[in-house]
Amino acid sequence: MTTPAEALPTQEMLINMGPQHPSTHGVLRVLLRTDGEVVVNAKPDVGYLHRALEKIGERVTYAQFMPFTDRLDYLASMNCNCAWAWAVEKLAGIEVPERAEYIRVIVAELNRISSHLIAFGSFTADMGAFTPFLYSIRERERVNDLFEEICGNRLTYNFARIGGVSADLPQGFLEKTKEFLDYFEPKIPEYNNLISYNKIFLHRLANVAVVTAEEAVAYGLTGPNLRGSGVAFDLRRDEPYSVYPKLEFNVCVGTGERGQVGDCFDRYMVRINEMRESVKILRQAIAQIPEGPVLAKVPRLFKPPAGEVYFRSECPRGETGFYVISDGTVNPYRLKIRTGSFVTMNVFEKVTKGLMIADIVAVIGSFDIILPEIDR
Amino acid sequence: MEPQAIHDAVKAKFGDAIVELQAEGFRPPFVVVAPERIADVALYLRDDPAMLFDALMCLSGVDYKDRFAVAYHLYSMTHRHTVGLKVFLPRENPAVASVDAVWPAANFMEREAFDLFGIDFPGSKDLRRILLPEDWDGHPLRKDYKYPEFYHGIKV
Repeated sequence: MTTPAEALPTQEMLINMGPQHPSTHGVLRVLLRTDGEVVVNAKPDVGYLHRALEKIGERVTYAQFMPFTDRLDYLASMNCNCAWAWAVEKLAGIEVPERAEYIRVIVAELNRISSHLIAFGSFTADMGAFTPFLYSIRERERVNDLFEEICGNRLTYNFARIGGVSADLPQGFLEKTKEFLDYFEPKIPEYNNLISYNKIFLHRLANVAVVTAEEAVAYGLTGPNLRGSGVAFDLRRDEPYSVYPKLEFNVCVGTGERGQVGDCFDRYMVRINEMRESVKILRQAIAQIPEGPVLAKVPRLFKPPAGEVYFRSECPRGETGFYVISDGTVNPYRLKIRTGSFVTMNVFEKVTKGLMIADIVAVIGSFDIILPEIDR
Repeated sequence: MEPQAIHDAVKAKFGDAIVELQAEGFRPPFVVVAPERIADVALYLRDDPAMLFDALMCLSGVDYKDRFAVAYHLYSMTHRHTVGLKVFLPRENPAVASVDAVWPAANFMEREAFDLFGIDFPGSKDLRRILLPEDWDGHPLRKDYKYPEFYHGIKV
């Protein structure tokens, strides 16, 4: 379709999208320069939710920082908790009991499912289909119930500890998790029947905001966004930590099944497929989990040796890395948090050039960004 | 490749521009580079067939009290190896050439180091404050940062 640009001169217009906009999943402001409906340039403006977590990290002890990691990515607190614990354990060389590692993997994968459910639900709601959102919340509620049993909280869990986890699993927890998996697994095809291959939905996503594999690597995309571009890279498999080497699962990648590799639909589909893989991991972990203690002996006045460590783990929104510098005292000398969403926002301006304004909503949803993780 | 071998290779190529290898207690170890050569070293590490560090995992500013540093954590998707680069900068007017032409991922992380540490990255395509308001005074992650008492006349 050609636009008769000469016949109908248009004027560029500057529009503020956000920081209070329902589709930005928080307080993201995008400065749009538009020509009619077409976006000439979209500059993201982040930082509205900056809480100086890195500065706080320098003033609290290693153990005290655990609840702050909950607030990094509140939809995946378990993953962030465990990532922090793994980073500090790597710094101090602490051996974690095997049962604790299995518990961490179980809660992390359950949290990955619930986080991907929100990604799926809110994304479809942004695209104008509200019903799938209710389905995804219904299933997430059951994960929240499980988490409430093990730590009492439904959103910010503060469950992991340096050296293990805060408490053993309550009685009957593994059976309840199994029940949930049996209930949940058949729901995934249901989502696909409900919305994934809906014609309007496909039209909104296929071939929109394509990120090629080279671009994805160069721009530092990680997690489902990287895999959506067809790069089979998953830290759980390629830089294994915890007990992941003992568990078998596939790394889901975008295949361009309805458009080009690396479009919005591929990123969406990777998340749907990853929920299935998480179910697979959970079933194995439940079958393998050994008996034993859940917390290593860590001194109350915990002082890791001086040194610098970078540890990264696979969170639902990509690689969450902690660069911790210890000077041998009770609190970190410097703590840098690298999060998936923050780095993802870097590519935003590039991929949105020439899209329609409504597509911006699709791009934000397909990257599945979360603002507390960007602004920290 | 192991960090020691990577260090030896860049040392052979760049000579005095490579200061040392920080290995003991550092995971991953850091190759310390003279700040004026960082862009060349970065380009070499990205493009050399034996290195191919195509991903910049993390770029962080650090305040070591007597001097600043910028730490780069690199990863190669092809060879699956990892190494750190580090440059030390003076306390007065810390500046190091931008690497966002080598790894586009660097842009946001450099903006963050500029914002929170006041480290300048000449050659950057877009260097502005990112997390703090544009009119904020000072750089909070510096160790000698004084907490402000007022912001726009409002007591904090």
